[in-house]
Amino acid sequence: MSDVALKPTSEPPPTAVDERLSKVSFLTKLLQRPELGAMLGAAIVLLFFVITADRFGTLSGMARWTDVASTLGIMAVAVALLMIGGEFDLSAGVMTGTAGLFMGILATVLELNIWLAIVLTFVLAAGIGFMNGYMVVRTGLPSFIVTLATFFVLQGVNLGGTKAITDTVRVSGLSDAAGFDSASNLFASDFWSPHDFRISVIWWIVITALATWVLSRTRVGNWIFGVGGDKIAARNVGVPVNRVKIGLFMMVSMCAALVGIMITLRLGSVQAGQGIGEEFNYIIAAVAGGCLLTGGFGSAIGAAMGALIIGMTFIGIQFSGWNTDWRYLFLGVILLAAVLVNTYIRRRAEGARR
Amino acid sequence: MSVEQGNGQKRLDAPLLEVREVSKYFGNVIALKDISTVVNAGQVTCVLGDNGAGKSTFIKVLSGVHQHSEGELLVEGEPTSFASPRDAKAAGIATVFQDLATVPLMAIWRNFFLGSEPMTGAGPLRRIDIKKAKRVMGEEMAKMGIDVRDPDQMVGTLSGGERQAVAIARAVYFGAKMLILDEPTSALGVKQSGVVLRYIVQARDRGLGVIFITHNPHHAYPVGDRFVVLNRGKMLGAWDKGKISRDELVKMMSGGAELDQLTHELERQLESK
Repeated sequence: MSDVALKPTSEPPPTAVDERLSKVSFLTKLLQRPELGAMLGAAIVLLFFVITADRFGTLSGMARWTDVASTLGIMAVAVALLMIGGEFDLSAGVMTGTAGLFMGILATVLELNIWLAIVLTFVLAAGIGFMNGYMVVRTGLPSFIVTLATFFVLQGVNLGGTKAITDTVRVSGLSDAAGFDSASNLFASDFWSPHDFRISVIWWIVITALATWVLSRTRVGNWIFGVGGDKIAARNVGVPVNRVKIGLFMMVSMCAALVGIMITLRLGSVQAGQGIGEEFNYIIAAVAGGCLLTGGFGSAIGAAMGALIIGMTFIGIQFSGWNTDWRYLFLGVILLAAVLVNTYIRRRAEGARR
Repeated sequence: MSVEQGNGQKRLDAPLLEVREVSKYFGNVIALKDISTVVNAGQVTCVLGDNGAGKSTFIKVLSGVHQHSEGELLVEGEPTSFASPRDAKAAGIATVFQDLATVPLMAIWRNFFLGSEPMTGAGPLRRIDIKKAKRVMGEEMAKMGIDVRDPDQMVGTLSGGERQAVAIARAVYFGAKMLILDEPTSALGVKQSGVVLRYIVQARDRGLGVIFITHNPHHAYPVGDRFVVLNRGKMLGAWDKGKISRDELVKMMSGGAELDQLTHELERQLESK
């Protein structure tokens, strides 16, 4: 093309970062990575607790905090994908309880094989996720409200249903069910004795890698960013917006089912109140990992890092001998810091307009 | 040019798009009445009009959002009616809406191919051909005269004009024969408007038919081959370039006599102060 045509584009608007300065350009590029803040945060938290608590830095200590981070992290990654797609799911926490209770009742009261119970639980979760997604895209209501309703419905069913069926507030005795041992091997075993890392850590890493692959390399990933970034623009270029959103809700519910199954098999029983309140931890982890509350931006690795921060904080406080109630203060501070950093990064990333 | 106002004249080859006395009614509201024009390959047809003149209804008829109530739409000589925007797209008519075209927080190459990603690999390894996507995007943007240094740059960091260029380049790459640009310059500064006008010329020179909707005759005049002026849903007239001067166009577009009247009134007000 001619020089004349090139000229207007080679002059950035006065407020834009001059990309000819390679140093600034590199910094901007780094800031565009959503997981950067979470990685730095994780390093700081790790360092802090390694200093304050002796056991924290050992392999056995690590097995403890990766345990907390893993189940939280699986959900944080799922919720991050949904948030990138521009939606929330407040029912994700209580869904882990619903899944565990459903599987438990199938396996103990109906005496089904555990594996069959697991399959049916995933089907139920997919159905609940579909309902969430369908209601959101059909009504156009904020997913915050729709899934808040689901949250209360599931909470009611979990407590009321469990009491009605078992006369207690828990479902127990799963270890007697057929297939329990083989299912436990896959979902709830340990490895690397004597440190005893949880198998859920492997699941967490695999799911994070898979989500990263989907987000960065596949068509669906591109659509998730597009749908969350600008729904109308995405629809205009032919992205099936509603299908993407419904699919994301189903994926979150099914991940919640996976976590519910893991926790239930681990203990051989499940409380009716399992998972209530956890949904905020998932969202905090995703936000700490660089997801924007407004959608269209974030990463799976970041969310996994966010979960790691929360896991390290919970166990670190315990190891340091402080009252564990302090962890909520930490959560609040992490959330606020993350939102501030994200807002700054977003401004930098979006840069000057016009 | 052989086209006069009113019906299209006999041509050797059929124009890309011909509009013959098209009207659109919403109930008893007459949104458009007897609009006629042609769009040829390699030419720019400007549709001018103030707010409420019927410009958006006209675009929506052409892009398949609305169906016309009367008259004829001919695509390459064939009478057509678009049932949906998808139909219009299939016929090679791409509409670039001003602010609904790109996703700000996505990389340029991701935006370019959003919804039509080039794929490679098979089975579970099926993935976006990122290398190809970046290369094609770079080439297509270069044809528009934009040198993209970093394909991973977010579209939000581009200027308004450059974002229009991404949308235009994308439409051209995906087989558009005709571009409808809806007020591409209305939200831009003077300099950026110039950039967009240049892109319009680029697209024209590459053989596309362009419909350029605007309320600014100063933007339309330098790039247009044909001018259609709408006012209150009716066509005030259609002119080939050279048959109308810029000043006449400005006057026509704001309703001629109305503007004279307004000027007169304002002058009087100033004098009385």
